[in-house]
Amino acid sequence: MSTTTFEGMPATEPRAATEPSYLTSENTIASWLFTRDHKRIALMFFASVTFFFFVGGTAATLMRLNLATPQGLLQPAVYNRMFTMHGIIMVWFFLIPSIPTTFGNFFIPMMIGARDLAFPRVNLLSWYVFNLSGLVVLFALVMGGADTGWTFYTPLSTVYADGYVFAAAIAVFINGFSSIMTALNFIVTIHRMRAPGMTWMRLPLFVWGIYTVSVVMLTATPVLAMDTFLLAFERFTGIGPFSVQHGGDPILWQHMFWFYSHPAVYIMILPAMGVVSELIPCYARRPIFGYTGMAIALMSLAILTFFVWAHHMFVAGISVYSAILFSLMTFFVAVPSAIKVFNWTVSLHKGRIIFDAPMLYALGFVLLFTLGGVTGLMLATLAVDVDLHGTYFVIAHFHYIMVGATVSAFFGALHYWWPKMTGRLYPEMWARSAAILMYVGFNMTFFPQFVLGYLGMPRRSYTYPVEWQSWNVLSSAGASILAIAYLLPLLYLGWSIFFGRKAGPNPWGATGLEWATPSPPPTHNFGDTPIVTLGPYSYDPENDTFIDQEGVSHAR
Amino acid sequence: MYHWIPFWPDTAAVNAVVVNNLYIAELGLSAVIMVTVLAMMLTYCVRYRSNGTASRGHRLERTWHFEIAWTVATLGVFLIVFVWGAQVYAWLYEPPPADEEVYVVGKQWMWKVEHPGGQREIDALHVPVGKTIRVVMGSEDVIHSFFIPAFRVKHDVVPGTLETVWFKADKTGVFRLECTQFCGLQHATMQGEIDVMSGADYARWLTSQGVHESLAEQGADLFRAHGCSGCHGQNSTVHAPSLTGLYGTMVHLQDGSVRLADEAYLRDCILNPRSFTVAGFPPVMPDFAGQLGEDEVIKLIAYIKSLGSKQESLR
Repeated sequence: MSTTTFEGMPATEPRAATEPSYLTSENTIASWLFTRDHKRIALMFFASVTFFFFVGGTAATLMRLNLATPQGLLQPAVYNRMFTMHGIIMVWFFLIPSIPTTFGNFFIPMMIGARDLAFPRVNLLSWYVFNLSGLVVLFALVMGGADTGWTFYTPLSTVYADGYVFAAAIAVFINGFSSIMTALNFIVTIHRMRAPGMTWMRLPLFVWGIYTVSVVMLTATPVLAMDTFLLAFERFTGIGPFSVQHGGDPILWQHMFWFYSHPAVYIMILPAMGVVSELIPCYARRPIFGYTGMAIALMSLAILTFFVWAHHMFVAGISVYSAILFSLMTFFVAVPSAIKVFNWTVSLHKGRIIFDAPMLYALGFVLLFTLGGVTGLMLATLAVDVDLHGTYFVIAHFHYIMVGATVSAFFGALHYWWPKMTGRLYPEMWARSAAILMYVGFNMTFFPQFVLGYLGMPRRSYTYPVEWQSWNVLSSAGASILAIAYLLPLLYLGWSIFFGRKAGPNPWGATGLEWATPSPPPTHNFGDTPIVTLGPYSYDPENDTFIDQEGVSHAR
Repeated sequence: MYHWIPFWPDTAAVNAVVVNNLYIAELGLSAVIMVTVLAMMLTYCVRYRSNGTASRGHRLERTWHFEIAWTVATLGVFLIVFVWGAQVYAWLYEPPPADEEVYVVGKQWMWKVEHPGGQREIDALHVPVGKTIRVVMGSEDVIHSFFIPAFRVKHDVVPGTLETVWFKADKTGVFRLECTQFCGLQHATMQGEIDVMSGADYARWLTSQGVHESLAEQGADLFRAHGCSGCHGQNSTVHAPSLTGLYGTMVHLQDGSVRLADEAYLRDCILNPRSFTVAGFPPVMPDFAGQLGEDEVIKLIAYIKSLGSKQESLR
């Protein structure tokens, strides 16, 4: 059974352990700010996106607080700016960069047996560009925010909205360059720097997820740059392609915006799918079911996502024929998604399942993603979309995918790889409680919004008729639980950095190459380049063993 | 039909009944999918928990049969739903011959309604029950979205064009009218009421509004005031297309394209005539973009429509 060889490095006592870890090799501030180590850059990205997650989350908290009563607490202008900034910050400053820039950055080189990304300096530049765009968006926020919704629909955004729309658009414009640099880096790294024997069909699915998302980022983000540039230009000069008065077309904005922003949804979910495909085999102690199908499904999602953008515009006045075509393409997207859900579920069959915190997040992911998916089918159905478009049903649907699924995967990844990143174990019971609390709080927040949406509550409203208050109160109550569930990990993970038990190289008995290094890893990851001869998930639930990277079978 | 379902919204139009059926079918399908996934997950999680004793031998590994079967099955079901939805959509967005017409203009932050008889309302729309109502909509500023939840009818109102929706209410009562496209500061309050009345009540309401001039008569006044009659009038010597019987015909344009002379076309021609020069006529008409408000354009269109049409009504 033992076929993988990992030359000259017994995993239990790695030779590299004598080297200082990447955290302690240098201790000056400059050694962090000018580092080219992908692991340090990953932690810096982690700090940035976590900061923006809590900024965006604060805006969401204020929104739910306002909606607890029909009278509300906030001025209408403040509420409108809060949901706009919540959208902009969560989409571009948390969801899109979160998993790729932190876990992708940290683990892509380690999972393919490389010492760093292909372009370490570009990687660092990406972080600086990201923070530059972050400063611009914070400037827009502090000065009073924009009030257009994150979708910047024209002519509201170009002519009618006051507020800092120009600054917000420029922030998104700059942010795109960070995406492009990171994506390019991953693509080149995965193509060129795989260890000997790491064939495409032996790549862990997380690497596949990051690869596909990088392709989407690299091809879609330039369109976003064009969109936001034209928008800012039109707002600044009054001349532009989206203005009826000057012979332009406001619908053109929607086409251009969604041509990027629909793929952006997949930029958020594909890495999350990759994460869950790592977690489920590890905690079910068996190989993933249908590896090839999973990889093909990721690739087909990445391609199909470019042909469905107009399903955001079924009521905007596009022709009936193009609406029918885009609806059909959207139904095709459901097929690879259904394959993935099926395969994750069957991956539990005859496993030896351990319900540690990362697994709870992964199982939560599958259920929330499925509910987000089936409601997505309802929205893809033309006649039903006519009714549901622009209501809270849409809000609930995309939060199930983007928050329920992606953020669950983010936290799952964070717990799973925390011992590798910090060398410390977190308190398991606290982590499980947070995972369960997050699942309960999430459903309590967003499930009522499906009902509200079908009853007809329009999104982006600071007030509502009094008969809808009970659903809104339920949702706001859920949001407070959710807020606690998001804050908890900050506390116990922070605690574990100083007081947590020291983690061994492989606390979960996982098979990836990243677990063959000490925790935390040394700067250069591997003493010798590993040689790979086996696929990624060599777990055996029958004997409760796994085959490590030297080809030795271990009891868990 | 579905009133026994808790938290079910009002269903007050033939459009809504059709959408209801589809919605219920999809809720059922969603429930089947969710329950299947949940049942599989729970069964496996209990049966194959780490200290469980169930046999782990003979795992499913030959995957293609399962995957292809699962894929084909889901695709088949999805395609049925897709076709159903597309059919209903085409029906929802293809207005049948209308019994009544009404014009709606969206502006920050109100719905202005004009009836052909000249009756005007703000944030309210009175319609007779059991009649097919055709709504022609324009926007004065940003994109709004005209939504009546109880009718399941929605369409964006995009500045620069006119959009058309229809509905046929089958229940009297007062229902919500909303804007579902964020349109600025007071978007949340851009709401009104649809008052569905019996035919007799509706007729009484129309006459009680104290209106002197119908929409078309107001349009005729504008037609003279803006000098349109100088060229398009009956006795004009200028070589300009006749407007009599224009509405509802197919028009051949100078650039070779053919357009149906509906409300949106008439609006385009009034505001930007150079872009829509009719074949065989000199491009001499001045454009009126920026000079006419949306409600004035609507009055002119009502006047042009009153000059007769080839078809009794537009489809």
